[in-house]
Amino acid sequence: MSDQLDPLRALDEAGERHLPDRVERHTPKPAGSSAIVETSHEVRVTTPATVCGMGHRMKRKEDPRFIQGRGTYVDDVKLPGMLYMDIVRSPYAHARITKIDASEALKVPGVLAVITGEDLKQAGNLHWMPTLMSDTQMVLPIEKVVYYAQEVCVVVATDRYAAADGVEKVVVEYDPLPVVVDPFEALKDETIVRDDKELKTNHIWHWEAGDREATEHVFRSAAKVVKQYMHIPRIHVASIETCGMVADFNKATGKLKIWMTSQAPHAHRTVFALVSGIPEHKIQIISPDIGGGFGGKVPVYPGYVCCVVASIVTGRPVKWIEDRSENLQADSFARDYHITAEMAADADGRITGLRVRTLADNGAADAAANPSKFPAGLYSICTGSYDMRAAHIAVDGVYTNKPPGGVAYRCSFRVTEAVHMIERMTDIMAHELGEDPAAFRLKNFIRPEQFPYRSPTGWEYDSGNYHAALKLAMEMIGYEELRREQAEKRTRGELMGIGISSFTEVVGAGPSRDYDILGIKMFDSAEIRIHPTGKAIARFGTKSQGQGHETTYAQIIAEELGIPAEHVEVEEGDTDTAPYGLGTYASRSTPTAGAAAAVAARKIRAKARTIAAYLLEVSEDDLEWSVDRWQVKGSPEQHKTIQDIAFAAYTNHPPGVEAGLEATDYYDPPNLTFPFGSYICVVDIDTGTGEVKIRRFVAVDDCGNIINPLVVEGQIHGGLTMGLAPALFEEIVYDENGQNLTGTFMDYLLPTAVETPKWEIGKTITPSPHHPIGAKGVGESPTVGAPPAIANAVVDALWHLGVRHIDIPITPQKVWKLLRDHGITE
Amino acid sequence: MIPSAFDFYAPRTLDEAIALLAEHGDEAKVLAGGQSLIPAMRFRLAAPAVLVDINGIGGLDGLRETNGHLAIGALTREAALEEYTFIRERYPLLADAAHVIADPLVRNRATVGGNLAHADPANDHPAVMLAYGAELAAHGPRGARTIPIDDFFTGMFSTSLEPDELLTEIRIPRPGPGSGGAYLKVERKVGDYAISAVAVQLTMDGPTIRTIRIALTNVSPTPIRAEEAERILTGQTLTDATLEAAGQAAAAACDPSADLRGSIEYKRDLTRVLVKRAVRRAAERATK
Ligand SMILES: Cc1cc2nc3c(=O)[nH]c(=O)nc-3n(C[C@H](O)[C@H](O)[C@H](O)COP(=O)(O)OP(=O)(O)OC[C@H]3O[C@@H](n4cnc5c(N)ncnc54)[C@H](O)[C@@H]3O)c2cc1C
Repeated sequence: MSDQLDPLRALDEAGERHLPDRVERHTPKPAGSSAIVETSHEVRVTTPATVCGMGHRMKRKEDPRFIQGRGTYVDDVKLPGMLYMDIVRSPYAHARITKIDASEALKVPGVLAVITGEDLKQAGNLHWMPTLMSDTQMVLPIEKVVYYAQEVCVVVATDRYAAADGVEKVVVEYDPLPVVVDPFEALKDETIVRDDKELKTNHIWHWEAGDREATEHVFRSAAKVVKQYMHIPRIHVASIETCGMVADFNKATGKLKIWMTSQAPHAHRTVFALVSGIPEHKIQIISPDIGGGFGGKVPVYPGYVCCVVASIVTGRPVKWIEDRSENLQADSFARDYHITAEMAADADGRITGLRVRTLADNGAADAAANPSKFPAGLYSICTGSYDMRAAHIAVDGVYTNKPPGGVAYRCSFRVTEAVHMIERMTDIMAHELGEDPAAFRLKNFIRPEQFPYRSPTGWEYDSGNYHAALKLAMEMIGYEELRREQAEKRTRGELMGIGISSFTEVVGAGPSRDYDILGIKMFDSAEIRIHPTGKAIARFGTKSQGQGHETTYAQIIAEELGIPAEHVEVEEGDTDTAPYGLGTYASRSTPTAGAAAAVAARKIRAKARTIAAYLLEVSEDDLEWSVDRWQVKGSPEQHKTIQDIAFAAYTNHPPGVEAGLEATDYYDPPNLTFPFGSYICVVDIDTGTGEVKIRRFVAVDDCGNIINPLVVEGQIHGGLTMGLAPALFEEIVYDENGQNLTGTFMDYLLPTAVETPKWEIGKTITPSPHHPIGAKGVGESPTVGAPPAIANAVVDALWHLGVRHIDIPITPQKVWKLLRDHGITE
Repeated sequence: MIPSAFDFYAPRTLDEAIALLAEHGDEAKVLAGGQSLIPAMRFRLAAPAVLVDINGIGGLDGLRETNGHLAIGALTREAALEEYTFIRERYPLLADAAHVIADPLVRNRATVGGNLAHADPANDHPAVMLAYGAELAAHGPRGARTIPIDDFFTGMFSTSLEPDELLTEIRIPRPGPGSGGAYLKVERKVGDYAISAVAVQLTMDGPTIRTIRIALTNVSPTPIRAEEAERILTGQTLTDATLEAAGQAAAAACDPSADLRGSIEYKRDLTRVLVKRAVRRAAERATK
């Protein structure tokens, strides 16, 4: 078993044997990217309800169509003559393919074609594709399969049932190979997953951040050192909508039109163009309504490529929709980090250093969706909310016989793993020192006056006030009283625990100097066009999958221009019309495209000023902006509203000024944003059954200025539930043959309303100093912050028995075992 | 769902249904609530050539309480069991179970008869009916017969029903004075099958247990009774020691397999704890 090995030693050996070290570097940020910022508790509202700018609890504009079942998802797209594709998948995690015989399948009525890896090879080496991390991944295999449920070949038929019947009739013969599912075993290189590579090793890369020597020094002089191994298991995004596509290649026009479950339609278009050789202007990707993405719809999966090829081959539109089990078995996997962390503290109980070795199980390809220069994503943010002198992080990527993983599941590229580790370690240190975990945190937080703050691994946190958030959470939950209750219950043998997580997030990539996907810089875009009657259309390079962009972007524009949010139509996801952008994931839409919306609106406001000055026959300098109008300073009755100005832009524009009123902005942020929060969870443990009951959960979030409190609260509720999930329920489990044992919702356990506690939420507001509207991302904070609060609560309940750590998911069985091992029974 | 092709019949009478089953033999499957059969067909684990849908047959559903017993039509939906106060009052074991079978969506479709006929050791009604000592009514080409529940489950997913027989009614003996029951289930989340669950039906004579039946869910290849535990408790008062002895006897009686729900040790120990708690609760209800 992996946790019995000494992971540090294994990794060190691997590091020496293989690739040269990669060391993370951060380009210095411009002045103002990190600053002391005042914290408030009230949402700022500057526009009347008729305008509905920032801070208004506007109901989501997209919801009427969703709650009436009138959304348009990929599977709703039906084209004349459309064919259906289904996939033959591997029953082995590692095997040579000795034969693929499609003859019986082709006899099934309705089956038109069976496409194999060999066919893709003939069509121009399309049997391999690049991953977002510049690795390669099989589209369809020719020699061998490397994971269970791998796509082996596809069947195209006139209806969905015939396609499935065809799949049953394809005969594939395999010669099973030894399977390696444990990443520590994989490091021994006894079974090579990727023998297509020049280097015959499962070790993919070695990566480091921070200062190794300074960290060694801190550890040598430490008064206290704690060490813990932990596994953050593989989980799955499990969005309601699985992945799918309708590809329609028109032989007459040469145009390939694609409806696709895509979180990044522009990036996907460029990748398709580069890989297929079809000119980019002849590819249109439409990402219609998306039923949840959570990072799972960022990578390109083999099914998409096959679906495109099937349309090109047949000259007809082809639909491919994954069923639930395919989705749970073949793609959209996240996490799978094996972490050994050490934390040092001085004699006063101050954290002085952090040393982390991590093994990243990538599965059969490095298909993580990280920015190119960050093989382990933003994992080095792992010093978290704590001020310490030095840190050193090393991560090694390894191949195993599992499907490619590494999706940033509601998470800014591995910050979830980082936060879980640092929050667990902080609790372990506090308990070991005999200090209260809350007091210990308050003592060790980065102080508000320490901004501009640069972390030991090179991050410049934009702003933060960790004390304010934790103190509010403690007040809301009645922390001191709970500790008294806990002590009293303990004397009666009742087990109750209180867990805290005071996380710092890192979201909104770019800046583009450091962040790109396959070389494409991580800016994002907005294009606003005001119509003559003062209504507007705004298009973005991002793509909502439930985040409420149609509402929040409209509110940003309403805030900046005074055009009622209801009068702003927001459009995303069609690459033929939307400005180029990198898409929605990693909580980046508000930090990037939201900023672009504000800046583009300000460009419009500037032009509106020129027009207003012309209409009012005054100098531009004599005008001031108020909510929705330019007015003459000192005599506000002399004004032109944005609607007046819009009409004039088309009917009476000033000489020498272009007609029309529109602007575009490609926003490249100077820094990321660093939302944060403090969560406190109270659990009761059933000593008979091992069940953990969450009695209360308080979440205080700080995402800077709030665009729409209703949307933010919705994101937090959903995010907390998705944080509860891996803490207590979800895990993708493989047996020793690499078979996925959790390929249905019977065994991949999504929490429901029954398992979900009542979320009690609060907020502090510490705006981003560099973002045009002071906002930070929020969609992922709760998913990132919740798991360690729950894990810490359970360990807190059991600490006095001698329990130091429990890997998530904390199942009843795991707790039961610990109870019985420590002599507790009923 | 993309199942294999099948022929579909929707008979209106019991006789028609039985004739269809007789005609198609092993090729045919009865479709009741579909909540076990359809998932199997979706994975093509079951690929029946013929489906005989019994949902259109009149008179197969509903609850009737007579002097002697509670009769539950085989087509009665699980959700219906939750609707009646007399069930909660006089059949608390059944009421407990009705609440924890699957989830409300599944319960709207799933039938009591299907739950028993499917004979999945993970299903909850088998243990409930074993604890009640229920009787099952079946109809086939050779007429009607009744089967004591103790003779019904012959193996995993197999019963003493003939392939051309339909289960039509479940009869639970009406509990007398001093009776109480309870069903306790530990599941990983709502809608999950039990890690372990325990059904207890007893009658008390003052502080003494006069009769008791205990049955266990999902801890053996078939639903089983914990007979040794029953024997230990019969004629005894409720003390920590007798309860512990009964719990241990039940734990020893089960034969669970290790899976994602838990190890063999966990399932056994959970059974021990649940037996103690369920007996206590049933007794509390009896003396109320
Ligand atoms: C998500 C989910 C969770 C579930 N969780 C639970 C749970 O926690 N506990 C639990 O007990 N069950 C659970 N179930 C199973 C559910 O209760 C089933 O519906 C039930 O076991 C079968 O009843 P049915 O009416 O749906 O039968 P069907 O699926 O229609 O049939 C099941 C089998 O029984 C046969 N059959 C049905 N009726 C008759 C009859 N009258 N005579 C002869 N043969 C018949 C059928 O031919 C078939 O072989 C769950 C199901 C789902 C989908």
